[in-house]
Amino acid sequence: MRSAESSTAELSTAESSKAEGRTITYREAMREAMHDALTRDERVFLMGEDVGRYGGCFAVSMGLLEEFGPERIRDTPLSESAFVGAGIGAALGGMRPIVEIMTVNFSLLALDQIMNNAATLQHMSGGQCHVPLVIRMTTGAGRQLAAQHSHSLEGWYAHIPGIKVLTPATVTDARWMLWTALEDPDPVLIFEHGALYNEKGLLPDGIESVDIDKAAVRRVGGDVSIVTYGGSLGKAMQAAEELASEGVDAEVIDLRTLRPLDTATILASVTKTHRMVIVDEGWRSGSISAEISARVVEEAFYDLAAPVARVCTAEVPIPYARHMEEAALPQVPGIVAAARAVMAAPD
Amino acid sequence: MTANLPDRAHGQRLLREMLRIRRFEDACVELYSAAKIRGFLHLYIGEEAVAVGVSQALQADDAVVSTYRDHGHALTRGISAAAIMAEMFGKVEGCSRGRGGSMHLFDVERHFYGGNAIVAAGLPVAVGLALADHLQHRPLVTTCFFGEGAVAEGEFHESMNLAALWRLPVLFCCENNLYAMGTALARSEAETNLAVKAASYEMPAWSVDGMDVLAVESAARGAVEAIRAGGGPHFLELRTYRFRAHSMYDPERYRDKSEVETWKLRDPITTFTETLQGAGLLEANGLEAMEHEIAAELSAAIEAAEAGTLEPVDQLTRFVHSDPTQPSEFVS
Repeated sequence: MRSAESSTAELSTAESSKAEGRTITYREAMREAMHDALTRDERVFLMGEDVGRYGGCFAVSMGLLEEFGPERIRDTPLSESAFVGAGIGAALGGMRPIVEIMTVNFSLLALDQIMNNAATLQHMSGGQCHVPLVIRMTTGAGRQLAAQHSHSLEGWYAHIPGIKVLTPATVTDARWMLWTALEDPDPVLIFEHGALYNEKGLLPDGIESVDIDKAAVRRVGGDVSIVTYGGSLGKAMQAAEELASEGVDAEVIDLRTLRPLDTATILASVTKTHRMVIVDEGWRSGSISAEISARVVEEAFYDLAAPVARVCTAEVPIPYARHMEEAALPQVPGIVAAARAVMAAPD
Repeated sequence: MTANLPDRAHGQRLLREMLRIRRFEDACVELYSAAKIRGFLHLYIGEEAVAVGVSQALQADDAVVSTYRDHGHALTRGISAAAIMAEMFGKVEGCSRGRGGSMHLFDVERHFYGGNAIVAAGLPVAVGLALADHLQHRPLVTTCFFGEGAVAEGEFHESMNLAALWRLPVLFCCENNLYAMGTALARSEAETNLAVKAASYEMPAWSVDGMDVLAVESAARGAVEAIRAGGGPHFLELRTYRFRAHSMYDPERYRDKSEVETWKLRDPITTFTETLQGAGLLEANGLEAMEHEIAAELSAAIEAAEAGTLEPVDQLTRFVHSDPTQPSEFVS
């Protein structure tokens, strides 16, 4: 089985086959995005654990302290709730903070601030408070980091009205989603899959912004819709290639944003292919995959030729041992098998 | 009294503000009993000297973050009784358009960033407001009110540390009314000297008689002056007492009636009335005149709230995300 890495690189190449560009890593794309934002807008600053002197726990912010200084690149104590809340307060006070949380599991220490303040202040104040805050965090498994550093909780966050949930899967989105998020008057959470940071992709010239409310069709196909996001996109693209060799033409949809969910793009694909496989690194129960499935059943039931299939993470905390971790996560063979199964249903 | 007597006008203003909060909440109790207002209702009765004393030290553009016991803070920061009452009635004219209720009074124009009903969750936000002022070189002070129950929360400690570490202009006002709902301080804290806890974060901290409006004002002025001069965050423990139950659903099994009665002897309004009258700063009928004015203001506020507008249900999903098609205070 090929790695997700190579498929992501291929994906970005395919995405930009018509354009000139340069090859950079996902990490570099995020760093450029922050550098750009810090340069463009004095109100932007970055804070989080080890974002300064250490250079970021995933080296995303390496070099920014030296260039922008300690007032704008602020190392924080290990106080997720306080520095996320401080980001909310600073946003209310006219700044455009980028708050970095090391991993999604640690974000739970700040869940009070995210849920009870960031997401609700506007509503609770009758529209007076706006919280233009961006919170970046690493999500996902695949690096043998076990059960407190590997989960995919972006689907949980997508449950909450009042925040937007972005899951950049390509270097282009890693490079450009941040600025769009910072321009948004409301809180935006960006989930960066940890397995993507080292992935290279072609960053096309000529793109200088992206939207953050539309899904993208990454591969056009007519037989089955594979709907996914984030770290699973590469696997879905690989699965689509394998299916193509069997004569099955899969369409791959990258959700890009889990909230608000671009239902229209999903429905347009499913009403064309009549079959859907959802690939979600979150757990199946109560997941974003469940939400997508429900919406398709609600709005396109009679267009379906087969039951919706889901490929999700097994319902266990992520284990350490490599073979067990791999078994827990959605993988290419599982996606291919799910697609074959829905294809087996008669039209 | 621990501080010098104020001049006549200022003394009467302090008394009037305290009395106004008291009568506003007396009215709330009646309206609650009449089922005109619902939800949780946390009364500040007995604690008025804290809000009134602290607010004397603040400028109009200083930010305030409050708790679910926020009527007194909101009134002293200039939100009208009518806007607060309309909020209680769930009307569009309310200071949060009826979306917040008693626990979530907001007025961003007056830099009042809300009653926060998660204990200690306002502290990080206050730190952030102060950080924004610091980064934008504005000589402002953010005041954060919270109860002594908040001291047990992690967010209290994280925020105290962060504010002190970054020397941010925050005035932490701990309203110690001795009970976190029904749990006495000594039943929840190993160290009950709250100023000592705060001082461990390398921040000036002291305890103040929160039943004495002049003592509160004096302490707050000193702290705010130091903060505005770049002295970093300060902490005040304001020792006070709520005369009423925690909320309207509280049978008060956790404290003796005699304790309440003893504290009532120190009622900040009656003691300060006596102080002013004893010093010849308030006429014998001075209080009565204030009562009349306040009663007129409140009955007008209640009448306006009764007559206020219920938001159409088709507006339900507004204010979840900023609506680019609606005019907004948001300036990008």
